[in-house]
Amino acid sequence: MIAEIGHFALILALAVALLQATIPLIGAQRGNAAWMSFSGPASAAQFLCVAIAFLALTHAYVTSDFSVLNVAENSHTDKPMLYKVAGVWGNHEGSLLLWTTILTLFGLAVTIFGRNLPPGLRARALSVQAMISVGFLLFILLTSNPFARLDPAPLNGNGLNPLLQDPGLAFHPPCLYLGYVGFSMAFSFAVAALIEGRVDAAWARWVRPWTLAAWIFLTAGIAAGSWWAYYTLGWGGWWYWDPTENASFMPWLAGTALLHSAVVVEKRDALKSWTVLLAIITFGFSLLGTFLVRSGVLTSVHAFATDPARGAFILALLLVMVGGSLTLYAIRAPSLKVGGLFAPISREGGLLLNNVLMATGAGTVLLGTLYPLIADALGMGKVSVGPPFFNAVFLPLMAPMVVAMGLAPLLSWKRGDIAAVLMRLKVAIGLTVAGAAVAWFAQGGSAGPWWSAGGIGLGLWLLTATVTELAERVQLFKVPVAESARRAGLLPRSAWGMTLAHSGLAIAIIGMTGSAAWKSESVQNQRIGETVTVAGYGFTLKSVDPVAGPNYSADRATFEVTKDGAPFTVMTPERRMFRQPPRPATDAAIRGTLIGDVYAVVGEPSGRISWVTRLYFNPLVPWMWVGAAMMTLGGLVSLTDRRHRIGAPARARAAAAKA
Amino acid sequence: MRRLLYLMPVLILGVLALFFAKGLTLDPHNIPPELLNQPVPELNLPPLPGRGENSGLSTADLKGRVSVVNVYGSWCVSCVEEHPTLLEVKRQGGIPVYGIDWRDDPMLGAAWLKKHGDPYDRVGSDPAPGRAAVALGITGAPETLLIDKNGIIRFKYYAGPITPEVWQDILLPKIQELQKE
Repeated sequence: MIAEIGHFALILALAVALLQATIPLIGAQRGNAAWMSFSGPASAAQFLCVAIAFLALTHAYVTSDFSVLNVAENSHTDKPMLYKVAGVWGNHEGSLLLWTTILTLFGLAVTIFGRNLPPGLRARALSVQAMISVGFLLFILLTSNPFARLDPAPLNGNGLNPLLQDPGLAFHPPCLYLGYVGFSMAFSFAVAALIEGRVDAAWARWVRPWTLAAWIFLTAGIAAGSWWAYYTLGWGGWWYWDPTENASFMPWLAGTALLHSAVVVEKRDALKSWTVLLAIITFGFSLLGTFLVRSGVLTSVHAFATDPARGAFILALLLVMVGGSLTLYAIRAPSLKVGGLFAPISREGGLLLNNVLMATGAGTVLLGTLYPLIADALGMGKVSVGPPFFNAVFLPLMAPMVVAMGLAPLLSWKRGDIAAVLMRLKVAIGLTVAGAAVAWFAQGGSAGPWWSAGGIGLGLWLLTATVTELAERVQLFKVPVAESARRAGLLPRSAWGMTLAHSGLAIAIIGMTGSAAWKSESVQNQRIGETVTVAGYGFTLKSVDPVAGPNYSADRATFEVTKDGAPFTVMTPERRMFRQPPRPATDAAIRGTLIGDVYAVVGEPSGRISWVTRLYFNPLVPWMWVGAAMMTLGGLVSLTDRRHRIGAPARARAAAAKA
Repeated sequence: MRRLLYLMPVLILGVLALFFAKGLTLDPHNIPPELLNQPVPELNLPPLPGRGENSGLSTADLKGRVSVVNVYGSWCVSCVEEHPTLLEVKRQGGIPVYGIDWRDDPMLGAAWLKKHGDPYDRVGSDPAPGRAAVALGITGAPETLLIDKNGIIRFKYYAGPITPEVWQDILLPKIQELQKE
């Protein structure tokens, strides 16, 4: 019964979305205020309907209603409650429902927080938002109904893929989706602005916080996914350039560029048509990610349920939405008024350069991800593009970007003086060179990889340049410390946000370089009592005991770990065998230290007395997580900037009065 | 001219869409059907440095006995995962296991075997762009082919690393079937 209510609510939501997609838009074109204001109640009704459907599915999972096909295929009574709830979005149908729920939630947010927006812009944006809803609701209802019944109902379900039964992954998809779908706001407002033919500072002020919010979630989601891969796949790696990872990384790159170019629109009234294009592309990448993951056109270690019929539908959706808006862009963008001009060497110039590098980076990731598909379609045979391609093409693009990231915040708007900026950064340059040299000698010169010093240098450069910028703003050491502290207190939150996020990236770069360059690993058959030494840590396998979990049984290995001979810690990795479905999963034991992670995995037994063990020392890995957390925190701090709350409506009201 | 520039994004999307539409009709995992049940194409892979005799891999090596051809690379993370299973297969004996070090610097491929153990009876090097393995129908690493005694490709396992379960339940029954022929 409740499942049927959910199904019915979805159909109702589709009807409301169809009305919301047309009536406010026609109203805005004709200047009919009543028709425009229909968007408000419609977005609330749409959210309510989809939320009811989502709750109905959640109810089916929580009560293990196996007469619902989706629940029978993906759940099991033995599953802990957390994973029953997470199971709602751990499958194709449910994840689309979550996607749509978040989409309508954002629509509702426009209605609630956007009262001061120009009514025409708001009505058009909400109509565009509803068009996206129509597409996804049709997709769910026609190809992926989560409420399909199963008769007779089985006694128990198939269970959830054990890889996904992990607290890190339970909240990873909602986080990613909040990011993906959050970019739909920028998209809807970009299309609305193209229909209106006007992009101004008020527009950018409205788009920026939403883009920032989406970026925060996407950053956190990608970091959580990477962390999950790090400790559950059990190979000690954290990024595989896998299509599913790339699908989330491409919108992140484009979204980061969008975030920065929106600043230029807001402050300098320049780069408008580029910003609108980025807004379309960013959401386009989000849709493309959904297509790549859900259609099965590419292979991936993540192997979700895939189906070509659904792929065809998403492809059609992608074409209509992104193709339609890009066509609109081709027609309207040339007539957008060109705003403020700037010299190539200026803060705008720096931001634009980084925008172009970011977009090119996203393009190369796209090319590398799609190359196997393109080659196959052209009959060039099956090929795969591995990490070597991405490392060789993507990383060289990012190096100049990081260099420019250190410089741009110190340049002035309109026209900057690069020589003067380099003079101000002489301490940073000195520290960078010294740090890179130390890294080079510490690894024994050419005994380590040649690029490690470069990576460490880039990280240090960004860190020191960012700190220099902050120090200059508060006049550190030029005025008394108390005065500097007072100035620091007066800095806008967005300035603190930038400092935090940029230093976070710097620290993450150092972490990535360290873990890629200086990882130590050892894979062997290890007997009970045998000691294996990795990077100064001695791992003695004391015992391997069977233990029982709620829905799995496991072999738990106990390692006594010594550091340079002195007792350090005891580690207990597990190899779990889930009952339903019967699949093995590794649970790595990780002990973090300031300079790296000690990481142990136990694998299959070989014979009765020894086990395959994989022991690692992963240098500087914790720095990556700290860096990612700082980037997310920087976004949050910037989001609380009072200009985002007070300035935008005031400006919007002024703009509305003018119009 | 300026208009054309603004048209570029939608044109690029159009080209991509053509590829996607075509891609939907293809299965990225499948060995091309024309390769299955066909003789191994002409193969003459050079040895890995420092591995001594019994090195290099040619078409002639794949005839006479049912054999396993396993594709690895020092860059391939999942290959580490399946390696202990291959070492165990080697220890038990009974079937020749041949390796192809794919899209890899032969020096790195040899060092990787030194480090993790060498389960192969022969290893051939197929450095980037790795055309020889592609001609065998390989789409990624790790992947494993079963070749019958006439040198005909009979089966491909591509769904991830070989675990002891995969070996017992999927590959071994196929091998026994082929050995009976």
